[in-house]
Amino acid sequence: MKTYNAVDYFDLNSLLSEEERMVRNAVRQFVTNEVMPIIAECYEKGEFPMHLIPRFGELDLLGANLPEKYGCAGLNNVAYGLVNQELERGDSGIRSFASVQGALVMYPIFSYGSEEQKDYWLPKLATGEKIGCFGLTEPDAGSDPGSMLTRAVEDGNSYILNGSKMWITNGTIADVAVVWAKLDGEVRGFLVERGIKGYSAPEIKRKYSLRASVTSELIFDDVKIPKVNILPKSRGLKSPLSCLSQARYGIAWGAIGAAQACYDEALNYTLERKQFGKPIASFQITQGKLVKILTEISKAQLMTLQLGRLKDKGVCKYTHISLVKRNNVEMALETARTVRNMLGANGITAEYQAMRHLCNLESVYTYEGTHDIHTLIVGSDITGFPAFK
Amino acid sequence: MKIVVCAKQVPDTETKVRIGSDGKTIETSDVNYILNPYDEYAVEEALQIKEKQGSGEVTVLSLGPERVTSAIRTVLAMGADNAIHIKTNDTYLDSYAVSTALSEVLREMEYDLILMGKQAVDDDNVQMGPRIAALLAIPCVSVVTRLEINDGHLVAEREVEGGVEIVEASFPAIITCQKGLNEPRYASLKGIMMAKKKPVEQKTVEIAGAKLSTLKMEYPPARKEGKIVGEGAEAVPELVKLLHEEAKVI
Repeated sequence: MKTYNAVDYFDLNSLLSEEERMVRNAVRQFVTNEVMPIIAECYEKGEFPMHLIPRFGELDLLGANLPEKYGCAGLNNVAYGLVNQELERGDSGIRSFASVQGALVMYPIFSYGSEEQKDYWLPKLATGEKIGCFGLTEPDAGSDPGSMLTRAVEDGNSYILNGSKMWITNGTIADVAVVWAKLDGEVRGFLVERGIKGYSAPEIKRKYSLRASVTSELIFDDVKIPKVNILPKSRGLKSPLSCLSQARYGIAWGAIGAAQACYDEALNYTLERKQFGKPIASFQITQGKLVKILTEISKAQLMTLQLGRLKDKGVCKYTHISLVKRNNVEMALETARTVRNMLGANGITAEYQAMRHLCNLESVYTYEGTHDIHTLIVGSDITGFPAFK
Repeated sequence: MKIVVCAKQVPDTETKVRIGSDGKTIETSDVNYILNPYDEYAVEEALQIKEKQGSGEVTVLSLGPERVTSAIRTVLAMGADNAIHIKTNDTYLDSYAVSTALSEVLREMEYDLILMGKQAVDDDNVQMGPRIAALLAIPCVSVVTRLEINDGHLVAEREVEGGVEIVEASFPAIITCQKGLNEPRYASLKGIMMAKKKPVEQKTVEIAGAKLSTLKMEYPPARKEGKIVGEGAEAVPELVKLLHEEAKVI
């Protein structure tokens, strides 16, 4: 296999600290050695590479920006972003696993959980010994999560949970689900453990996207959960939305990784592929496409690094994250589509990555706040008119 | 057990080597540097010995200009305890000069075992282990693929032509490591974050004058273009004929 050359036309490498570079390089090497050789086959078979989960744990990739106290790496947000970038260079499904575990399971337990919940769950989730999922979206409540139907009712020392969740990454393989449900009309977080009566998580099969990732439905039929399993500090819709901000931040970086992978593939291919007696990279139309992609990746890289620096300073707004997620995923999707096209017929095969990234990014475009919803979030911020209310 | 790992920073094995304008050195401006891959086996072995014994200390010793820090940090991130950096300017040093400088520092250190790669992949001189062993008057086992630490002595397996040689040596000793000895670990993210806090001692030593000087560097001759004889089974007789008559390999 060709050596991966991650494009960095504006030498953003020089803006990173030594640790940030080392973190990126370590994850890049891991993805090259352990993800790239297997990912096309996983994708074709529609299987998540379960054997990699302990490896994620050994390398501290899970919840990597959470404190060392809970067994995590304590990275700053830029280094955490770079982890996501490198994982998604492998596959959006691999990055999705880490995003869900870190930003949507460990982060809410860390932010809204009790000390007992944190001490019990976070170290196990950090090593990959336990797997988590996040249930907010429902069959009839997607972009409008406030309209959720899942309800919790107090019953002595328990809560009784009823309802269902949809499009849940890791659902079927999860040991614990962070489930958002209305309790007396207010959205609260609950920890629902695998195996409890009335809880099932069937896998959603027959997908054309994120095939190397488990997507599930969560069904709660009079599930009786102990009262200690509520996330005590969760209050209202802003709690799950704060988790989504964390995850979207990771996606913003991840999309760059997918685009870099496609650009690298396009450059290599067009330099080697000869037609009319010369490399197709020598044709003006090809160069135009390469330059356009390079420009868009470079713009995204600069903006995303600044987003990370703002987040590390604690002055990043959720609207900043929306703008960058919106931009980067569309950029990556367009990049993958153009590169698929540049590879000609070869581009539709599993020998190349572009089509896999292209199909994956269709999901990434939709999940964690659709492209259009992010438009409205930023639109509302700059005009004062919330179009979705 | 106190273990010293001698680690060298080398150009990335993926580097497209370009000869500098003086015709004697390599153009370094766009070279990405990494830890010598054979030294990774040495680091891994040192860490495994320490983990197995439940105690001990792994020190990385590296010589070179400021940029060498990144190779040192890599070893610290993998799990070494501390480091010594012998600072030099960026000129090329031959094996004599490097081994003399490393030995000078090693003489002042306490150690039971010195590990290093069997060779550095940049200059491929394959001299460092034996040279330092000679200067320190201690045993050296080179090209080792298996290492066993016993009470008071070590047993090492080394590759020899057509087989394996099993060698015993007393401590302190030098082992040069070959691929197959172990599977080097990745630096974990926690390891990377901790590496910054580990001590790196800077040392300067008098560097001996080189005994070798490079006269000239040349690129290998360009490879001749290949020939496609045909496709499928019907091309085999022609291929066999050409391999016999033209290439003279069968």
